[in-house]
Amino acid sequence: MTITEKIIAKHSGKDKVSPGEFVESNVDLVLANDITGPLSINEFEKAGATKVFDPDKIVLVPDHFTPCKDIQSAELVKRLRGFAKKYKVRFYEIGKVGIEHALLPEEGLTRPGDFIIGADSHTCTYGAVGAFSTGMGSTDIASAMITGKVWLKVPPSIKFVYTGKRNKYVGGKDLILYTIGKIGVDGANYKSMEFTGDTIQNLSMDNRFTMCNMAIEAGAKNGIIEPDEITALYLEEVGVTSDLTLKSDEDAVYESVIEIDVSKIMPQVAAPHLPSNSKNVDEFSDVKIDQVVIGSCTNGRISDLRRAASILNGQTIHHEVRCIIIPATQKIYQQAVKEGLVDVFISAGCVISPPTCGPCLGGHMGVLGEGEVSIATTNRNFIGRMGHPKSYVYLANPEIAAASAVKGKIIHPDKI
Amino acid sequence: MIKGKAWKFGDNINTDDIIAARYLNTIDEKQLAAHCMETIMPGFTMKVSKGDIIVAETNFGCGSSREHAPVAIKGCGVAAVIAKGFARIFLRNSINIGLPVIELPQASEINEGDELEVDLENGVIKNITKQKSYTFTKYPEFLQDIIKNGGLIEWVKIKHIK
Repeated sequence: MTITEKIIAKHSGKDKVSPGEFVESNVDLVLANDITGPLSINEFEKAGATKVFDPDKIVLVPDHFTPCKDIQSAELVKRLRGFAKKYKVRFYEIGKVGIEHALLPEEGLTRPGDFIIGADSHTCTYGAVGAFSTGMGSTDIASAMITGKVWLKVPPSIKFVYTGKRNKYVGGKDLILYTIGKIGVDGANYKSMEFTGDTIQNLSMDNRFTMCNMAIEAGAKNGIIEPDEITALYLEEVGVTSDLTLKSDEDAVYESVIEIDVSKIMPQVAAPHLPSNSKNVDEFSDVKIDQVVIGSCTNGRISDLRRAASILNGQTIHHEVRCIIIPATQKIYQQAVKEGLVDVFISAGCVISPPTCGPCLGGHMGVLGEGEVSIATTNRNFIGRMGHPKSYVYLANPEIAAASAVKGKIIHPDKI
Repeated sequence: MIKGKAWKFGDNINTDDIIAARYLNTIDEKQLAAHCMETIMPGFTMKVSKGDIIVAETNFGCGSSREHAPVAIKGCGVAAVIAKGFARIFLRNSINIGLPVIELPQASEINEGDELEVDLENGVIKNITKQKSYTFTKYPEFLQDIIKNGGLIEWVKIKHIK
């Protein structure tokens, strides 16, 4: 079996599962946020439930529209808070809360071999620690909060083998943008994307989180990377002991194997309006930008901020650009302060936002008006994603975003 | 038996098309329906009659896990969604709220305005306007049960709570 099949089998009480099979699995962790949680709570109450299956295994993270952007959002968070208090589930208040997919690993809540479901499509992020982790809707989450189980169809696995040395500035974001560009936004529809190869084995945790985070943008059920020494070191730092024996079998069956020569990949930018519309950054010669966002569950971690700071150090951003930096969690924010990164950002003319999803989904903290153009380290650029239906979002890595802020147009970091 | 007019959409209709994120600070079906398909077919909710059917191409519902998407569609009075292919979170969300979703490779043959009849029990779609019939693969028993019972929560009520 593949690693994904192994985790599903274990949680379904079966010796073996095969792609296409319908199973009912026990879950280790159930997640919801301020926009999906309230719907779940409604369904939970409609069902007449009087208790949750296990309070410790339920996490509510108000991160999308917080600190609350308006009265309606405040009412939604009140609902979340009230439910958490009543049923004693995990809840993160403003001041402790961060963007969920950066927060949960940091809190030691994600482990290799875990079965995690979340009412957010980017729940696939935790595949980076070797968990089976997938996004679902509010009703699935409500049902899981009651029963501790979820129904699913076992996905076939695609093996991606990345080999070769990465070019300068090429990180997890570029690898995944290149991959989605190659296979399309439904290229891995319903499949498990297993990221392997020597390039992956040498990839840092932050870069692994970035890659698994965007598996959903190819339509995948989950993204996953076998746990190894790098995973173990990371998990140790967050107080988790790990099982490194979890691997795909030698004779595991894959629907397809896609080999990718990483040495051919240059830094990528995905142009509007699909994450698969990715090209070499040098192909964008005159795209003027109004706003830069550096953050999100995709690229808001400490190494992402360091990368942006390395470009912005000693620079001033273009006078017609606003650059919004969003550390993904309070710990990351604090670390950025300690390392002098915040100083670099502010001196360059950027603003720092509290941890929030904010502008990524056109919520707050940097919404676009008509005709405006943004380059962002986020994960989606559909029409109207960051604001006005006639606004434009380009997706990129932290260095390209930072360089573009300086020049006022999309540019390769070496060209500033 | 579902009977209604077809409303046609193309490939990759995503969850930001179906309901933009800025409207997600409500969970009210009618409020969400009011903004359904706003950027790609303004006034959709006013045009749709109860029982009508959305017909689309590949990867319908791609993007976010927001359940508000099928809720908005259901709130407009749409009785079923037929597409060449569905994004998976949207697919299961629709089943879970009792909105029938049908995978049909020949979806391109249906035009906007065609009168359709959908028989979920027997897996048959009739295009009355074009005088054509199609069969589709039915879901496994337990998923059909979920749809029949009006969604996952009703099913959970019956199986776990009662």
